[in-house]
Amino acid sequence: MEQNILTIITFLPLVGAFVLLFVNRVFTSTVKTVAFLVSLLNFLFSLYLYFNFDPELSAMQFEINLPWIESLGISYHLGIDGISLFLVLLTTFLACISILSSWTAVKEKIKGYMISMLLLETGMIGVFVSLDLFLFYVFWEAMLLPMYFLIGIWGGPRKIYATVKFVLFTMFGSLLMLVAILALYFISQSHTGYYTFDLLQILKTPVPLGAQLWLFLAFALAFAIKVPVFPFHTWLPDAHVEAPTAGSVLLAGVLLKMGTYGFLRFCLPLFPGAFFDFVPLFSILAIISIIYGAMVAMMQKDVKSLVAYSSVSHLGFVMLGIFALNIQSLEGGILQMVNHGLSTGALFLLVGMIYERRHTRMISDFGGLAKIIPQFSAFFMIVALSSIGLPGTNGFVGEILIILGTFKSNNTYAIFGITGVVLAAIYMLWMYQRMMFGELDKPENKKLLDLNLREKVVLVPIILCIFWIGIYPKAFLSRMEPSVESVLKQAKIKYQMTKKEDSTNSNLGFKVEPDKKKRGEVCLEKCEPKKIN
Amino acid sequence: MSWILPDINFQILLPELVILVFALLILILEPILKGRAKEIIPHISWVGILLALLSVISLWNREGMAFNQMFLLDNFSCFFKIIFLSGAFLVILSSISYLKEEKIFHGEYFSLILFATFGMMLMASSLNLIVIFLGLEIMSLCLYILVGFRRYDLKSNESSMKYFLIGAFASGFLLYGIAMLYGATHSVNLKEILTLIITGGYESQLFLFIGLGLILVGLGFKIASFPFHMWVPDVYQGAPIPITAFVSSGPKAAGFAALLRILLFAFSSLQFDWSALLWILAVLTMTFGNVVALSQTNIKRLLAYSSIAHAGYILVALVAGGGSGISSAMFYLLAYTFMNVGAFVVIIFLGEKKVNLDDYSGLAASYPVLGVALALFMFSLAGFPPTAGFMAKFYVFSAAVKSGYFGLAIIGVLNSFVSVYYYLRVVVIMFMRVPEEEGKRISVPFFLSLALFFTVWGTLYLGILPQSFLNLAQSSIFSAF
Repeated sequence: MEQNILTIITFLPLVGAFVLLFVNRVFTSTVKTVAFLVSLLNFLFSLYLYFNFDPELSAMQFEINLPWIESLGISYHLGIDGISLFLVLLTTFLACISILSSWTAVKEKIKGYMISMLLLETGMIGVFVSLDLFLFYVFWEAMLLPMYFLIGIWGGPRKIYATVKFVLFTMFGSLLMLVAILALYFISQSHTGYYTFDLLQILKTPVPLGAQLWLFLAFALAFAIKVPVFPFHTWLPDAHVEAPTAGSVLLAGVLLKMGTYGFLRFCLPLFPGAFFDFVPLFSILAIISIIYGAMVAMMQKDVKSLVAYSSVSHLGFVMLGIFALNIQSLEGGILQMVNHGLSTGALFLLVGMIYERRHTRMISDFGGLAKIIPQFSAFFMIVALSSIGLPGTNGFVGEILIILGTFKSNNTYAIFGITGVVLAAIYMLWMYQRMMFGELDKPENKKLLDLNLREKVVLVPIILCIFWIGIYPKAFLSRMEPSVESVLKQAKIKYQMTKKEDSTNSNLGFKVEPDKKKRGEVCLEKCEPKKIN
Repeated sequence: MSWILPDINFQILLPELVILVFALLILILEPILKGRAKEIIPHISWVGILLALLSVISLWNREGMAFNQMFLLDNFSCFFKIIFLSGAFLVILSSISYLKEEKIFHGEYFSLILFATFGMMLMASSLNLIVIFLGLEIMSLCLYILVGFRRYDLKSNESSMKYFLIGAFASGFLLYGIAMLYGATHSVNLKEILTLIITGGYESQLFLFIGLGLILVGLGFKIASFPFHMWVPDVYQGAPIPITAFVSSGPKAAGFAALLRILLFAFSSLQFDWSALLWILAVLTMTFGNVVALSQTNIKRLLAYSSIAHAGYILVALVAGGGSGISSAMFYLLAYTFMNVGAFVVIIFLGEKKVNLDDYSGLAASYPVLGVALALFMFSLAGFPPTAGFMAKFYVFSAAVKSGYFGLAIIGVLNSFVSVYYYLRVVVIMFMRVPEEEGKRISVPFFLSLALFFTVWGTLYLGILPQSFLNLAQSSIFSAF
């Protein structure tokens, strides 16, 4: 069990999709039930991970390592640590919820839809659990295809444009990452003498700083497009607005996290030298994403694209946290990934629910909804507040950790970052006010029905999680801490090693002084470039 | 007076002999059989191919020479024979229903395919330039006829004529190149040429290089590399669809087999000189194929340009050279055979009248299995995991990175990025557009679905569990030193 649990979780949805192939498409409710049960079962299996996860350990757990393509050194190596544990849980949770949420929203080609959802789930989990660069890349790319079909077949009016743009953007980055993976493979071979794609093996290889910069950029481009960081974000609003509700939920809830996860899992440990060097650039891009995303969100007429742009802003926070490089900010970043998955996922679900009833998403078409559908409005309120980061909800914990951490490493970044919280309150509450309060003046809105049982079943677990993380985040943070700490420590040691080895380390602009501060923190200070003799 | 009997080792010639016997058998049977009895001919031919395939497998790991060292058996040639034979097998399976529908069901069609396959097999298993030329001519002459097999169709006639003229021209170049090499080295045997180049025992370096250049031109036509690609779109468009599939798989692989032998065996010590030229050719071939494919509206032409682009990717492997270059080119050709023939199998089913991309609107709704299969082949051609196309591209680019050709690898991946657009366009049209007319659903003929099954299996198997075939390719590397 210990060894096979990750394999089961990863491939159970694939098996489910295979089973669905043999169900006649006429029996739509059978198709839906099978898909839901498979995803529910998978979620239950993933709970096994949560309860059997050793919170003291920083190493990979539930590892399985089998040779796959031996002659090329490719292995089937899965494992999770405190960083990926919650992302796996988030994936299985949201997959389950979004399958349930598309019960009535998707009316045609339901079989293909459910197969795509399950295939997507396999791809997403695979990305988070693979510890072999080749295997990771396979999942990373393969996961695009079901999403491509989800947007392209069941999407809105501009679905083809949106889905092709989505695939092309992601492909562009990831293909360069493939070359970087290959380069890393040969660099590691020249050190160790054998070929391997195993991440844990490659991590032992010191990469020369000159190579680090290019390899980091290739990886970072792939991940930055996925996050998306400004200026690579333009695919996101299109994809979100056109995607079906469940597609948006998974896109925002899980797919975007792959980018930030990639920074943490691959860029930081593999290329610490380059990572530390690029802190200013990526922090500034993160701040631009936070503010720009929030400003654009404020001006949206369509609720769905408002939520989409708010994602850009929130993911900017996560990026800021990751690049602040201390324990608080990293933990906050990981937690915020989960939070964003929950609250933005819930927002997309709510928008989908109102769209199913009214067939419009324009803010101006609503108004005074609180009077006619109070339950819906209450749920919306809680989720919106969690997205803003009200104390007591999950958003608060994540954001406060990120901001605290950022203050420790750089005041300016933190001050600019904070404005995002204020802006979030403006766009969310303003939108809420225009939709839920005021006069109920549109006759179409007077006949709206409130949430039914299935919709409440969809939303209540998310709300519970929102409060659980908000009130008792320790359950989450304690499991992350050892892994985060060790990643950070390893990166720092490796960074200093690279600097020592590299005699031409003059033009870096800042140095790391871990001894001055508390353990596990990196202080980035301006310093004069050393002169080369 | 003493006679020297040529040493003929029939055993190592077994695959070729089987193909030849079956080809001749069909020629004899064709006039004898009447009416419906003729329908047995395709089955005879695929049985022949399977027997040849079995004999190739039985000869695996055996080395030998025959005909005064003119014929060579090694794992390299066996691997290529597997590619040719599986390509021909799939094409024959998918031709049966097509020929009936087009009313050109003649026995000689199958015999010509077998003869062409024989020619390719000869090309792959010789170290003698004259024999390589002989094989190339046998293959090409059969293909000229096959391309024009739809005699009533002007387009088919035109493409046959074009193919013949350009092919004859290319053969001329090749022969001229061989003559130049002979002038420079006094030998047409690649092994002798290799030693002569290493020891510097050749007459003139100028003629050596002119000879190599002319051979490159001649074979460049066969593998459809830029700037010798002009025939490709027209021939692909005019030829009967199964023959288009055939031309895109076997002959291309045969051309590469000869090219690999000449460049990475005989001329391996001069790799520094020719790899710069091939670098440029590879980049131009990939880029030209992919960029022009972007604007195609006819699926046969789209796949024609895509096949040019794929020739470019394989050239990348040649530039990389070395053992990994050879084995990655071989693996790529095998993967390409499955995915490309697979795509053509779906096109064959839709027939000669539906070759515009618009005819594919909503295909997935009326034929879900075919739609998914064609999508799989498109993803594989575009290089998405977990398909054969991804594995093949990955292997080729890793060979390039290994040899230090970072720039080439980056240009390669950027090219496959461009190609994603037009491959996805086919998928978009099939899945995301509403069908224009509700046509009657026809069931897929048995042998066509068998071919589809094999190609889907090959595309997925090579993508997910490539280990066994990678091992085969790696144990088939010839070594020049």
